[in-house]
Amino acid sequence: MSLKRKILELQKKREQVLQGGGEKAVEKQVAMGKMTARERIITLLDENSFHEYDMFIEHEARDFGMATKVLHGDGVIIGTGTIFGAPICIYAQDFTVAGGSLGLMHARKITKIMDHAMKMRVPIIGINDSGGARIQEGVNSLAGYGEIFYRNTTASGVIPQISVILGPCAGGAVYSPALTDFVFVVDKISKMFITGPEVIKTVLGEEISMEALGGARVHSEITGNAHFFAESEIECFDQIKKLITYIPWNNSKKAQKYEVKEPKVDQYKIDEIVPGNPKEPYDVRDVVRAITDDSDFFEIQQLWAANMVIGFGRMDGQTVGFVCNQPLVLAGVLDCDSSDKAARFIRYCDAFNIPIVTLVDLPGYLPGADQEHAGVIRHGAKILYAYSEATVPKITVILRKAYGGGYIAMNSRHLNADFVFAWPGAEIAVMGPEGAANIIFRKEIMGADDPDKVRKQKVKEYKEKFANPYVAAAKGYVDSVIEPEETRKLLLHAIEGSQNKVDNKPYKKHGIPPF
Amino acid sequence: MAKKEKASAKAAVSTEDVSKVRYKSISTVHGENYKTLLTEKYKNRKKWEEPNFKKIVSAIPGTVIKIHAEEGQEVKEGDLMMILEAMKMQNKMYFPMDGFVKKIYVTEEQKVPKGHLMIELK
Repeated sequence: MSLKRKILELQKKREQVLQGGGEKAVEKQVAMGKMTARERIITLLDENSFHEYDMFIEHEARDFGMATKVLHGDGVIIGTGTIFGAPICIYAQDFTVAGGSLGLMHARKITKIMDHAMKMRVPIIGINDSGGARIQEGVNSLAGYGEIFYRNTTASGVIPQISVILGPCAGGAVYSPALTDFVFVVDKISKMFITGPEVIKTVLGEEISMEALGGARVHSEITGNAHFFAESEIECFDQIKKLITYIPWNNSKKAQKYEVKEPKVDQYKIDEIVPGNPKEPYDVRDVVRAITDDSDFFEIQQLWAANMVIGFGRMDGQTVGFVCNQPLVLAGVLDCDSSDKAARFIRYCDAFNIPIVTLVDLPGYLPGADQEHAGVIRHGAKILYAYSEATVPKITVILRKAYGGGYIAMNSRHLNADFVFAWPGAEIAVMGPEGAANIIFRKEIMGADDPDKVRKQKVKEYKEKFANPYVAAAKGYVDSVIEPEETRKLLLHAIEGSQNKVDNKPYKKHGIPPF
Repeated sequence: MAKKEKASAKAAVSTEDVSKVRYKSISTVHGENYKTLLTEKYKNRKKWEEPNFKKIVSAIPGTVIKIHAEEGQEVKEGDLMMILEAMKMQNKMYFPMDGFVKKIYVTEEQKVPKGHLMIELK
């Protein structure tokens, strides 16, 4: 055979693999409103940057009549490419091939590309669209899942790991995304659950749809398993591309620097956003936009635990992680979910060399038997742990209220913040003026002829004396009381001056965070 | 999911509407009231109730296989109450205290969710 013929033969073989599960299966995929695995990769990555490996892998199953079946690529595509020039390792499960079911060789391909990403210290993106374990391959497919989870854990905090759920992802399969840094879901397409509707019906007799049980919206709003919600696959890929611009390739690098653009100060007037009355709500994201480059803020987990706002912005062209109480929702209280949300993000920023800016305005922890019984002590402790442990630059701006345990938790000086700034309207106290006055002046109020009048007077007294930033500033707990207008300038200065920060912690294998 | 829920979630996070939104009040630590939006999860939170140990509820979702008690019967703590099949196991459930069986709320072969009232003692 001449080389030319051999080349033709290769082309023919490639062609066959590129058909995936065949025309009918592809039609089905399209009918479900989904792209095929290959289309997804090509849409997500830079044009012509994708190179595929292990195209000609053959599956290992010999039982149940599987030996004669041809499964192109064994239901998964792996390869390398770039996003905005950043090197990326990627895999995408191909639902058109045996429902994207995971067998031994399928898993081998995934672990191979994961190992490659770890060796090259580049981000890995996994696109999940799979019916689950390939039952015909028995324990081999369970082994495959375990080997993926092990690598997810090893890679955690070393290279960015992104999971995209574009189809069903059920049973054990959900744990790979759960172990990764960011999970992307798409409305009506993504489905994640441990036990599906059928099992629930058999065991409980309850009927629930896949969508209501573990659809994109459920995981974006109720469980917090997903970080980004999109209406379409295209929107989802745009979100991933945007995320890639904010994060470094690995934990020994910093995120790429971008051109500095001033915030849109006409649109976001920083001294007009926060109302003077601490009981009035406002959107803290406007404060973020008033200080970030180009007023850009890339929010994470927008729909879940909205009383805490987390996300990325840039200052001086450099990525900054924002952690902010949101007075607009649930008065910005700390509770189980918002603590989990913030703590995990703080640890992400710390692992990937991203400075953290914390904007504080909260009344404290949410009271209630439901919160206490849900373990708000152990959940709330996560924030304290995450801030205390973090060694990246940590800067706090107290915008307004900072009461009680919430004040301590939100990156206070006492948890080793590098800079703590406070606006003149800040109230740093053990509790709000009314509660405090009621306790301190209980006797005077109860014994008075007109308790309400005395109460009001005492509240006013307390407010004047303690509801300000100067008591904390007098002790050095606040480094500087600043005008809102000065915030960006000071943050830029603080971040610039923190580039060579050294914060050596004692050696340990690892801590025991209140997981 | 229903469109209504979608709309409410968007409302909770949309920037433009801030001035138009009707705020609820939330009472937090030490009775201070704040104007704010409430989440669905907060609105649906469970109120705490004093547990009544005489009302025996299922600890796990499953199927009632056999009931070893009758209404009006006197029972001792530790007597076999029923077999509840759950998670591929036939679990023996015992009476947690002495008493009389006031009412049996389940029948054999009935599927019960977690926390379902099964037997009441008096």
